[in-house]
Amino acid sequence: MTSEILQTDVVIIGAGPVGLFAVFELGLNDMKCHLIDILDRPGGQCAELYPEKPIYDIPAVPVCTGAELTERLLEQIKPFHPTFHFGQMAESLAKTPDGRWRVTTDRGTIIDAKVVVVAAGGGSFVPKKPPIKGIEDFEGKSVFYAVRKMEQFRGKNLVIAGGGDSALDWTLNLQPIAQRITLIHRRDDFRAAPDSVLKMRMLVAEGKLDLKIANLTGVEGQDGQIAHVVMQDDAKAVHKLPCDAMLAFYGLTMKLGPVANFGLNLHENLIPVDTASYETSEPGIFAIGDINTYPGKMKLILSGFHEGALMAKKAFALVYPDRRYRFQYTTSSSDLQGKLGVADAAE
Amino acid sequence: MEKKILCTDMAGKTHELLATEEWSIMEIIREGGIPILAQCGGSCACATCHVYVDPTWKDKLPEPSEEEVGMLDGAFDVNADSRLACQIIFTDRLDGLKVSLASGSVEP
Repeated sequence: MTSEILQTDVVIIGAGPVGLFAVFELGLNDMKCHLIDILDRPGGQCAELYPEKPIYDIPAVPVCTGAELTERLLEQIKPFHPTFHFGQMAESLAKTPDGRWRVTTDRGTIIDAKVVVVAAGGGSFVPKKPPIKGIEDFEGKSVFYAVRKMEQFRGKNLVIAGGGDSALDWTLNLQPIAQRITLIHRRDDFRAAPDSVLKMRMLVAEGKLDLKIANLTGVEGQDGQIAHVVMQDDAKAVHKLPCDAMLAFYGLTMKLGPVANFGLNLHENLIPVDTASYETSEPGIFAIGDINTYPGKMKLILSGFHEGALMAKKAFALVYPDRRYRFQYTTSSSDLQGKLGVADAAE
Repeated sequence: MEKKILCTDMAGKTHELLATEEWSIMEIIREGGIPILAQCGGSCACATCHVYVDPTWKDKLPEPSEEEVGMLDGAFDVNADSRLACQIIFTDRLDGLKVSLASGSVEP
């Protein structure tokens, strides 16, 4: 928890491709940016959903993967030295007495800026929660979707549900300190790093880990303390497995989250904007990329890039009310080339 | 003649949806106005278009790819009828196909 209030020109909520490119357009116009993202790395959906999948519709880039697009954008915005706040969710947005905007994250980061750009895509990536009735009573007490402190599981009888890298990594990491771990997965095949799968299989063979092939169907217990998980195997037989805590890793899903409480107009979980500047109903708050809506909107990365350029022009007027906006091309402007650090190369 | 699929939503209501050749079942559901999450947009990367295919149709469908089966690990209540709607491509043979949305495919 930090009490220092950070100051910048623009806060960008979301470090996906559109948020990253906004740094470029804002940077060309002398605006410094801080970016906030709930993921622990840049790229948004490109990093989380399809890092290895090809994208064919980025102008002049016949093909690149989500990970490559992210890397190239990071390279492109390097001259502008953005500040990243990863693993944090923008939790509140409020007006300061001097007319700026204050963004506060769930980790206590506070940033004041004249302009806020919501580039939050489909919302925050949060863990998928099993659709089990009453599971919320246990969440944070004996049912978890992430591990913050391993020590809290020392000596405990754990159930870990899931078949991907997170499930296997935590199974392997917690196995030495837990009393006992049962890994449950719907099939006897794991979509995870082969090395982790091998290590897990060895622990099972050595009798140090239990593996059950079944679907998680319920949790039972009292006052937030889980007593056992309920699962159903392929033959539809129901089993109950006693435990002290359950960790479920079924991947991430996107939820709009706190953006819904920012006081912006919403239309079907999207933020309506004016297409001259991509400003929202609140002056100084912009929305670009998949999170916005306007007549004719297409959810394409390239649309978000265009939206960022127009946003930056209006943002300039708000950040520098006394300066004249100068429209320039990077090809010919020594001013822009200076900002990009390529002034010599272009001679 | 117009082709259709039948999609049962989480409330148990069945919708008759206009089906177009070569569209995925996810697209047919989405364009039919049923709010299916399909967060990754159809790239087999999220499991939020999980549907149950009526078992009587099973042998008319191509087998799921290894990638699809793997991605179903991120869905809940997966059973032998589970498929990702973005990975089933509509053809004439599937006129009248019956699917039901699974819990992870809509906003809770």
